[in-house]
Amino acid sequence: MRAIGIILAGGNNHGLRALSQKRAVGAMPIAGSYRAIDFVLSSMTNSKVQKVGVFTQYNAGSLNKHLSSSKWWDFGRKQGGLFVFTPTITADNGFWYRGTADAIYQNLEFLKNSHEPYVIIASADCVYKLDFNKVLEYHIDKKADITVVCKDMPKNVNVERYGTLKMNEESRIEEFEEKPLIARSNTISCGIYIIRRHQLIDMVEKCVGEERYDLVRDILIRYKDMKHIYGYKIKDYWSNIATVEDYFRTNMDFLKAETREYFFKEYPEVYSKVADLPPAKFNKGAQVKNSLVASGCIINGSVEDSVIFREAYIGNNCIIKNSIILNDVYIGDNTRIENCIIESRGTMRANSYYIGEDGIKVVVEKNDRYVI
Amino acid sequence: MIKKEMIAMLLAGGQGSRLGVLTSKVAKPAVAFGGKYRIIDFPLSNCINSGVDTVGVLTQYQPLRLNTHIGIGIPWDLDRNIGGVTVLPPYEKMDSTEWYTGTANAIMQNIDYMDSYNPDYILILSGDHIYKMDYEVMLDFHKQNKADVTIAVMPVPWEEASRFGIMVTDEQRRIVDFQEKPATPESNLASMGIYIFNWKTLKEALLANADRPNLDFGMHIIPYCREKEYPLYAYEFNGYWKDVGTLYSYWQANMELVDIVPDFNLYEEYWKIYTNSKAMPPQYLSSDSEIEKSIISGGSEIYGKIYNSVIGSRVTIGRNTVVRDSIIMDDTVIGADCELEKVIIAENVKVGDQVRMGVGEETENETCPNIYNHGLCTIGEKSVIPDGVTIGKNVCISGLTSPEDYPDEKLLSGKTMIKAGD
Repeated sequence: MRAIGIILAGGNNHGLRALSQKRAVGAMPIAGSYRAIDFVLSSMTNSKVQKVGVFTQYNAGSLNKHLSSSKWWDFGRKQGGLFVFTPTITADNGFWYRGTADAIYQNLEFLKNSHEPYVIIASADCVYKLDFNKVLEYHIDKKADITVVCKDMPKNVNVERYGTLKMNEESRIEEFEEKPLIARSNTISCGIYIIRRHQLIDMVEKCVGEERYDLVRDILIRYKDMKHIYGYKIKDYWSNIATVEDYFRTNMDFLKAETREYFFKEYPEVYSKVADLPPAKFNKGAQVKNSLVASGCIINGSVEDSVIFREAYIGNNCIIKNSIILNDVYIGDNTRIENCIIESRGTMRANSYYIGEDGIKVVVEKNDRYVI
Repeated sequence: MIKKEMIAMLLAGGQGSRLGVLTSKVAKPAVAFGGKYRIIDFPLSNCINSGVDTVGVLTQYQPLRLNTHIGIGIPWDLDRNIGGVTVLPPYEKMDSTEWYTGTANAIMQNIDYMDSYNPDYILILSGDHIYKMDYEVMLDFHKQNKADVTIAVMPVPWEEASRFGIMVTDEQRRIVDFQEKPATPESNLASMGIYIFNWKTLKEALLANADRPNLDFGMHIIPYCREKEYPLYAYEFNGYWKDVGTLYSYWQANMELVDIVPDFNLYEEYWKIYTNSKAMPPQYLSSDSEIEKSIISGGSEIYGKIYNSVIGSRVTIGRNTVVRDSIIMDDTVIGADCELEKVIIAENVKVGDQVRMGVGEETENETCPNIYNHGLCTIGEKSVIPDGVTIGKNVCISGLTSPEDYPDEKLLSGKTMIKAGD
């Protein structure tokens, strides 16, 4: 592969409400036993990208723990590898990452010391599978300066929180707006870009020299008429998880057979850190309908239309409906949970009641847990 | 110079013929257990959890699956700069070439491997028991008693003692006598096949007995050490320990895992059991599924009803199928509208629709009644069972079977059907 990868996993995120207090979006648990960043990392390793830098800043504890070994994604190699870059104070710099372009600028040595001619830039908060070789082929074919991976969203989806764009017949991008007040197109940027390495180095240096720090606003949008920026449309599953509603919907998508088929059964697969947990255990009284249950769970109650992440314990006579229970949650007996996302490691007391009345309720419970 | 206080030698070369068709293509230690695990995971995990980071695994019978499973030992943290796991198959020598002819013979052929770590103690393990044990505590016991040999023992019910190798000890736990499957046992302490030897003693005993055919620990080495009046001690272990050497005991041990709080608990954070598995998707349970008293491993898709069973990874169970008291291993696909009771289905098996297994009267198996008994129906790996057939009890099937193999769409109790090749 003639490209290195950069994963931007640094930003804070308010769309995820209480869920982002604990971790960066890239570390959000997805589909029972994965984390969001697994999807981009797996796509990169499956595309034979050998060298990947992950830029983290906000609340990176969970993410760093997840990335503690590169072997899960087969990056533990002599050639290339997985590198995590957090902001550091140096003789020339005392800032946090002031934006995505600044994050790249502060780690420009990573780019300068590579020999691959291209760079793939992607974010850590999307769920998809993508063969970057095809995007790169397209990029070279089009003689593009920058290629932006994009997707047509269904008409009923509100695209105002994305970057929207319009292309001409040759797929060259003519309009690009970030988070428009009123969207003029339902084609959105997936936050995945390919650019020549030297071009990126030049642009980022120039950009930061002018005290501009954002990759989208100050490079993509600013240069769109001067440089050849092309769009590469994808049709397969792609979902961003940066709001509670989208996060919930993305997880629930995995209850559909075709989504599971696409991600879990079709080659190539998605990798994640191995957790060494025993199989899920269903005791007498367990009643599970249309749900995903991950390893290490112990189920005693009733579960319907829900995604239960690893090591959750669900007590006797519980009723869990249309909810997401994150890792290592303990739910005491006779508890009812509907339309909720239960934050990981929470402890729900017995006989309690959590219902999302209008929309999804995020529950963060820090009760004491007594375990023998 | 490299120095390891204690290294482990894990005997994993046996066929385990009493597991019948389950071990026709794999060595017993590589047989699946408890859904996602393989039997060898238990001693290997015990090693790393006890701080033993150098393990030689002696292989001989059908080693492919075992070798791929062990790899370089990553899942057990046994990929080490110094030590780690080493697979030790029999090899050709300048003047002689022989297979491993006995447990102690296999160890003797690897004296160079053990010498290279300059150990004080050698831990001898076998790859066919399910248990969690801290070998470091056993080593402490060994050192305290200034023993030359320590044998792990566990108390068994007196009426069963005559099925085991029994150790007779004094109050200090020093072994004064032993009896192999005695008619009138003098003690109920059964040997678990786990030994700690002082390396010097073991090496001397191996070399002194080198010429004996089928050199065996229980038959030759331990008696030799006793004759020489070396201090032999018995270390009593009281935790869960299960020999899964027969199909019935294998099935029983699996069934015990689904109890509310099983005697052998895999859900404790302490003393984890590791295995070589990829990160697995969660299991999906459909709207029509029903599951009670069962454990199910990652990536399985359940559309039917499962009671009291152990299901491996990436298994598919079709709509309206009912599975009871059964073991189903990795990657097996069971069709719709089936009824399975007391079956053991190995990996990568395809079962068609409307298949009934484990039905009818119990009849003794025609070929191997000592293997296929207790009403269990056993299906070997990569077998294919066609739609609509009915299969009895104490049955064994292996290979690609087609409707012609089932007169009147039936295979009666007690039948054995092994089809050669693919």
